This record gives sequence, structure tokens and C-alpha cells, in this order.
Amino acid sequence: VDYFTPIVDDPYDFGRIAAANALSDVYAMGGRPVTVMNIVCFPSKTMDISVLREILRGGLDKINEAGATLVGGHSVDDPELKYGLSVTGVIHPDDVIHNSGSKPGDQLILTKALGTGIINTAIKSGMADETSIVTVTEQMAQLNHTASEIMRDTGVHACTDVTGFGLLGHACEMIHAGEVGMEFDHTTIPLLPRAVEFAQSGLVPGGTYRNRDFRAGKVDFSDSVPAWAPDVLFDPQTSGGLLMAVLPEKAEGMITLLREAGYPQASVIGRVIDKPEGRVRII
Amino acid sequence: MIEVDARGLSCPIPVVKTRKAISDNPNQPITVLVESEVSRENVTRLAQGQGYNISVESGDDGFRLILIPRHDISDQD
Repeated sequence: VDYFTPIVDDPYDFGRIAAANALSDVYAMGGRPVTVMNIVCFPSKTMDISVLREILRGGLDKINEAGATLVGGHSVDDPELKYGLSVTGVIHPDDVIHNSGSKPGDQLILTKALGTGIINTAIKSGMADETSIVTVTEQMAQLNHTASEIMRDTGVHACTDVTGFGLLGHACEMIHAGEVGMEFDHTTIPLLPRAVEFAQSGLVPGGTYRNRDFRAGKVDFSDSVPAWAPDVLFDPQTSGGLLMAVLPEKAEGMITLLREAGYPQASVIGRVIDKPEGRVRII
Repeated sequence: MIEVDARGLSCPIPVVKTRKAISDNPNQPITVLVESEVSRENVTRLAQGQGYNISVESGDDGFRLILIPRHDISDQD
């Protein structure tokens, strides 16, 4: 289940984004979404019902694209608009991909660019240009469906979707067992256009600081890493990409497949290391 | 001194207000009052990027940020 308040002005786009975001958990496990239910909180006294119609149309387009079936839902009258889905998917128990299980030497692949939290804050402040809005909207509305299929076909050791805890927060979860560590090269991490510039202008969402403070004891930034890096690497993502740990000999082929499948930002952004275990290092 | 009172406002509004004060009053010191640590951090980032030195005083109802323009080389010409 996932639902939230609007992050873009266009109701159809909001519907698409909320649905893609809610479907992502199933994709991160390698599963296939089968049935979904709408969750709607709508201020029916103050907002025209056509807004809701557009939100649901956006959601349904993504549900259809996912090959899932909308079987119902629930709506409540609420002064603050919210939309999302409850999703049920299937996967063979032996095939479940967990967020733990990455092995030293694995390459870390990220399928979408970071910075949706920053760009959404810039949209709220009125500082985002039309190109930035369109770019972030299309990325957030993109399903992790095909990336998940490629992941299943290729075979990976571990996967998570990058959402509210930011890249480094989710990386910390992947190494929670303390058996391995991770190293990210900040120069290879795909970023949405203007994300760095907006972060340097103070358009950093509150969640970033909470993510950073929560994980500060586990994350080491080397001296060569620029000051803006934590703001972007802890940026909470809406409908973020998949972060996968994959055998090094499979990484290049996987990147090619992902890029051909419509994830042009897919990149190797780091590797799994044996020491120091339980820590994340950014170089 | 020019003062921006952004107490009770959540980000990004304090940043937007500070930005406006900077563009309306270039090269002048500005005081910004904010409530949360998030706003303190964000206004600090903005001001640093715009060429100000920042000093912060914390009080009962939040933070007082004093933005002083860094010495501008063009003034010497």
C-alpha cells in the first residue's frame, strides 16, 4: 500500500505517479502485480469531481500498463486530497528477490536518476522550469516493470527500490546484516537536471535531513566528495528506480538491456565490498 | 536591517522569501527568522550560494540568521 498528497499540479500526472510508486514494491521483489485497489481521499465539497476523474484515469493507465486488474477501492471525504493503490502481486517463494544478499564484488546498478525530492521542492517554490517539471514527471510516472523483468531474467543477488530513505538510506538497509559494505562513486550516479543547482539554492526537503541524521553513523564521505552530495544522495525519492547488486560479469549486459528498454539513466554507481562491513563509503 | 520573518512557515517558503529579500536588496545585510532546523539549513545553503557569510543565533522560538554580503571585489574598482 502506498498513497500520498499531490506532488505535481496536473491531476492525470499525479494519478500516474502515485500508481507507479505504489506498484514499485512488488517489482522490487521480482514479482508481478495482479490485482490493485484504489485508495482515494477527496475534498468533494471544495474540488470539482473532474479532478478525481483525471487522477483515476492516470492511475488506471499505469495499472493497465502493468497488466494488473483494478478490482475495487475505497474513498473517503477528506479536506486534503490523497491518492494511491493497494497492490497484490505474485511470485514463487523461491524466486523472491530480497534487499539483503549482496556479495563482495557485486556491481551496484541504479535504474533511474536521483533528485525527485529536490525537484518537487523546486516545483513547490515556483522555481522549477517547464523542462525540469516534465523530466521529473515522466521519470516518476515510469513503471519499474521492465527493469524488474530484466532483473529476473538476468539474475541478481539483491534489490530494493529507492524511495523515501534516499539512495544511501536504502543502501544501509541492504547491508543491515553487517556482512558486507558498499562503495558508491558519486561521479557515476545519475542525477536529474538541475538537482544539484536547486539543492545549493536551499530547495532541500526536510526528509533529506532526517535521512542523513538517521544514517550519519554508517556513512563515510571521502574528502573529495563535494558538499552537495549528501543532499542528493539522501534525497527522498518518489517512484524511484531499482538498486540492484549483480555479478560484475553481468553488469554491462544488464545496463545495455535497461537502456534499450527505456531507462536511459541506468548506470553502475558502485560496488559491494567486504571491508569495512556494515558501512557505506562515498568516493 | 532588512528582516525576513519566516517563523511558522515550512520550506520552501522561507527560502522563497529570503530569495526575494536578496534580490530586492542586493549587497545588504539581511536578518532571517526561521523556526525549524530544515529552514535554517536551507536558508544557509541559499545564502552561501548567493555570496553571504552567515551567523546563526538560536533562541526559544527558532533561529536568527544574519546574512552579511561577502566583500565584493568589484567594489574596489
